Amino acid sequence: MAILLLALFCTAPLVWQLITSLKPDPELTRIPPLLPVQPTFSHYSALFHDPTFLRIIMNSAIVAASTTILALAAGSLCAFALAKLRVVCSKLFLGLVLSVSMFPPIATVSPLYLIIRYLGMRDTILALVITYTTFSLPLAIWILTSFFREIPEEIYHAARLDGCTPFRAFIRIMLPLAAPGVFTTSILVFIFSWNEFLFALTFTATPASRTIPVAIALFPGLHELPWGDMAAASILVTVPLLILVFMFQKRIVAGLTAGAIKG
Amino acid sequence: MLYVLFLSMRRELPIFGVSRFTGLDNYFFLLSDDRFWNALGNTLYFTLLSVSVELVLGLAIALLLERDFRHKGMMRAVVLLPWAIPTVVSARMWEWIFNGDFGVLNRLLGIRINWLGSPFWAMHAAVFADIWKTTPFVAIIIMAGLQAIPRDLYRAARVDGAGSLDIFMGITLPLLRPVILVVLLFRSLDAFRVFDAVYVLTGGGPANTTETLSIYAYKVLFQTLQFGYGSTLAVAVFLCTGLISAGYIRLLMGGKR
Repeated sequence: MAILLLALFCTAPLVWQLITSLKPDPELTRIPPLLPVQPTFSHYSALFHDPTFLRIIMNSAIVAASTTILALAAGSLCAFALAKLRVVCSKLFLGLVLSVSMFPPIATVSPLYLIIRYLGMRDTILALVITYTTFSLPLAIWILTSFFREIPEEIYHAARLDGCTPFRAFIRIMLPLAAPGVFTTSILVFIFSWNEFLFALTFTATPASRTIPVAIALFPGLHELPWGDMAAASILVTVPLLILVFMFQKRIVAGLTAGAIKG
Repeated sequence: MLYVLFLSMRRELPIFGVSRFTGLDNYFFLLSDDRFWNALGNTLYFTLLSVSVELVLGLAIALLLERDFRHKGMMRAVVLLPWAIPTVVSARMWEWIFNGDFGVLNRLLGIRINWLGSPFWAMHAAVFADIWKTTPFVAIIIMAGLQAIPRDLYRAARVDGAGSLDIFMGITLPLLRPVILVVLLFRSLDAFRVFDAVYVLTGGGPANTTETLSIYAYKVLFQTLQFGYGSTLAVAVFLCTGLISAGYIRLLMGGKR
């Protein structure tokens, strides 16, 4: 019983948004009936016929995907070194990494903005990718280090004895063994960069580089917000996340807890 | 970070071509800036209220999900949903639900309250939306903490004749202490620097009653383009979060001794 209530609490707003997105415009402002009398996909088709919106979805996908790849490449190397190689002050370094992740984004947004403007990268996707990679690296390093630590030392030493260079041992032996951790981390990084708003809002100016959260926040409409279209857009943004959550809830939970508990 | 400190001591107004060093002037202005104190108060209120409710709710949800029932994995995914959806989407969703004229909330309750238009309700609507969005995170972490408690302890307590409440107060809560502190640390920091959730929902209005520090700093930075004073505000946010984490870390260390 309590479980049902909980499920309702968690999903009701989303379900309402879905219902809204299926209502034709005149029905939006009348509540009884709760359900759409004549369900329509017009809001969705309007979005799909809008080249700007398609562009923005592409931007989001590119930004999130490249951030994930970059952060994972750099993060796994770094985490491997911290967990398995004898690095001086690795504890201190991990602590430093963690404290960086606690910086309030608002405290870094203005210098970053000025730097990006100075470099002429304002309103480019590249600016977002670089920023997101920087900000998701601490998370990636932190989670991956805890996964690398769980791999027994002996395996790494055996690989070294057989003549592997540290890098080769990393690529051929350690990385495949840590694959679940790498996968978990990529999901979290992907979700972070797909959802990020503050940097995306300040670094972009035109649809050329805008991402979906910004588009939804700045939905066109001077006097009255186009609620139907907006509901449809937010459902579309949520679908990839919905799939991720339902397919990989175990991994997400594992990643979140690895990040929090071992800290 | 150093660059922001540097900026915070300057008067930067790019549109007028003004850029000069002013020392601590920005900081003195900050102390006498009513809007800053107002934003600080809002932020503290928002943080305290939402984090405490989230902790209680999250704990309850974690205990609930720990029990055995069918479709456990499915249920966990459902609980994760609010956490995973973009904050902007959640804010827009709640804006639509809270909408004074056509919102479903007013219709369901059969009342007419301008939720986002009145100072009192706007703040609490924002807190509510935040609670909805972030309680799952709290619940998931606490659940992991619960799973780390050895089952034998519960059994031993049962044998000794302890009731459910005794077990909860005597075993579960004390053993969860470190986990709870970590969750509180993460959530307090996040809530204190809240930006998008409130910015999209209310924009800081009505009449700045929901304006948090991050929103104020953002407006000064990018709407009036005062990079100097805006950076001062940002440094203030940074110092506050530093204080918060220092406090929690002390508590955590104290627990270990």
